[in-house]
Amino acid sequence: MRHILSLVVENEAGALSRISGLFSARGFNIESLTVAPTEDLTVSRMTIVTSGSDAIIEQITKHLNKLVDVIKVVDLNEGEHIERELMLVKVKAVDSSREELGRLSDIFRGRIIDVSENSYTIEVTGAGDKLDAFLKALKSEWILETVRTGVSGIARGEKAIRF
Amino acid sequence: MDKAKPILRGAEIFVRALKDEGVKHVFGYPGGAVLHIYDELYKQTEVEHILVRHEQGAAHAADGYARATGRPGVVLVTSGPGITNAVTGIATAYMDSIPLVVFSGQVATSVIGNDAFQEVDAIGITRPCVKHNFLVNDVKDLAATIKKAFYVAGSGRPGPVLVDIPKDVTANSCAYEYPATVDMRSYRPTVKGHPGQIRRAVNLMLQARKPMIYTGGGVVLSDASAELTEFTRALGFPITNTLMGLGAYPATDPQFIGMLGMHGTYEANMAMHQCDVLIAIGARFDDRVTGDLEKFCPHARIVHIDVDPSSIAKNVPVDVPIVGDVKQVLGELNAGLQETSARPDIADWWRRIKDWQAMDCLRFDRDSKLIKPQQVIEQLYRLTAGNAYISSDVGQHQMWAAQFYKFDKPRRWLNSGGLGTMGFGLPAAMGAKIAYPEATVACVTGEASLVMCIQELSTCLQYHTPIKIINLNNRYMGMVRQWQEFFYEKRYSHSYMEALPDFVKLAESFGHVGMRIEQAAEVEPALQEALAMEDKLVLMDFITDQTENVYPMIAAGKGQHEMHLAPGSEERELA
Repeated sequence: MRHILSLVVENEAGALSRISGLFSARGFNIESLTVAPTEDLTVSRMTIVTSGSDAIIEQITKHLNKLVDVIKVVDLNEGEHIERELMLVKVKAVDSSREELGRLSDIFRGRIIDVSENSYTIEVTGAGDKLDAFLKALKSEWILETVRTGVSGIARGEKAIRF
Repeated sequence: MDKAKPILRGAEIFVRALKDEGVKHVFGYPGGAVLHIYDELYKQTEVEHILVRHEQGAAHAADGYARATGRPGVVLVTSGPGITNAVTGIATAYMDSIPLVVFSGQVATSVIGNDAFQEVDAIGITRPCVKHNFLVNDVKDLAATIKKAFYVAGSGRPGPVLVDIPKDVTANSCAYEYPATVDMRSYRPTVKGHPGQIRRAVNLMLQARKPMIYTGGGVVLSDASAELTEFTRALGFPITNTLMGLGAYPATDPQFIGMLGMHGTYEANMAMHQCDVLIAIGARFDDRVTGDLEKFCPHARIVHIDVDPSSIAKNVPVDVPIVGDVKQVLGELNAGLQETSARPDIADWWRRIKDWQAMDCLRFDRDSKLIKPQQVIEQLYRLTAGNAYISSDVGQHQMWAAQFYKFDKPRRWLNSGGLGTMGFGLPAAMGAKIAYPEATVACVTGEASLVMCIQELSTCLQYHTPIKIINLNNRYMGMVRQWQEFFYEKRYSHSYMEALPDFVKLAESFGHVGMRIEQAAEVEPALQEALAMEDKLVLMDFITDQTENVYPMIAAGKGQHEMHLAPGSEERELA
């Protein structure tokens, strides 16, 4: 099953490689991994999307907790949560397709953030399946380039990760 | 200026921090990136530096020192090949959870990443085989990092920690203060067991009819032998130790039924297979212990006590997990057991075990004219009254040492159980002898393993470490040969040791004593003679029976009850 793990890690050089190294050394899956510092510059917040049986997820969580740079690990699947991903798509935009791309972008609550004579760059955020649906809605010959950030997740309600 | 905080160069800080940490011995080898540090070592006598002949030897020697004493072993190597040579030793310590603090020199911060002379990414290379590692970028972080390194290496589930120090950091200066304590928000190992789980465990133990206690290296590492002995005696249960756990419970005690696993005793493996409650303490259900997981302890409810949560339920599902320091949790269990006088009646179970013991699964041909390796270990055990520190290399001789030397005390048995590193024995024995100069220290080895770190004979001469080397020389990589005999139709592919050195002359050329023993009758007098030479390193080359195999044996992928027994054993119905 797919799990979203939310990590608080020390904002230190090497923390990321320890975590990615753990996944490759022990043969665990990584679907996506996002990381950035937070308002507290001493820590980074990381979201890892992985998959495996309950036993595997338990081992992944335990091994992550064991890493000296990892302060906290929360499996967001244990409660209600929200996930979002940001995507930038550069599309060929000429003649009539410019209008259609504008409409499609509106339908998906996307924004055109860069315009050139022959192209648009559209920003879309949402859960992964919404981004997939947007890509599906585009004609494949329109797509020049796609960039996705991977999932960021957070628990619903007042529940917050403290450390 | 704060007078309490002297301004020191990085290299001075390094040496001062070692002193403040109470370090007495450092195993190392100099080179360009650590020359400032070596210059400071030269100016003092408090920290003794042991100059090894190869960095692998430094790591193994520090490891043997740590296993024997319980204190972190300290290694100092230069950048590049210095640290890459040490990696095998670091990985060996990592697999057996041995506390080491390894300091490696690094090229100056200004040229890191430029492929400078003797530059490697030490942090990257060691990451998968250390508990943690640090690159010190600024001399201001040096003292605190050293403090953290010792703390992380020795606490929780111990392990090696690497501190990589660029050369300019050892040249730069700052105010020195060694921190009294460490607090790391991201590293707080669980020590105390959960009270509810302790109660559940006690209840389960008291319901057992066919109980079994299975303990590993964690009991040794946590210095919990007294607590384990009290616990085992209070319950009257049979107990087995893993290869790493030998000595944690006295091997001569009647409740001890031998080592378990691939070359464990018949009775230990049968009792594991048939037990109804298994109490696993500081052990990790390694594949050499479990055999086929599908067939492992099919009737048992399992209690597992370990300081490392990731060891619990990794290979085998567990009914009562208890995360905590083994010493502490055993103390809590002992307190729980004192609250009740109820004890399960397991007389039938013991009768069954006695039947298995009657198989005498470790017997060997005592009338042989050829030297049987088992005989050598038995005599060594008898002549040292079980009090020696015994290191081993890896292979048949290691298993015979584990089977035939009865360890009554912890920290006496020094072997590479997890990684299985040939070449470990000689430097490890040297490390133990440096820690305990008065003790008898012997290295049980084979002719293939011994030559892998033979250069340390030179170090042994320089630092006067008169260990006894028991070379069980069968002219084969014995364990490889045994597998080839059993599983590859006797095709002895590259397991034959051609062109061996003359070990007597080799010992002599290094300034030591060499002996060759070729007849079974000579074993005891030769050992007596060697042990009597207390101030000499003696390399004893025992020319042993080439065909001897280690029994019992559970072939890889078989169940615990599916053992090969020594030829001539009566076939028994496996109940």
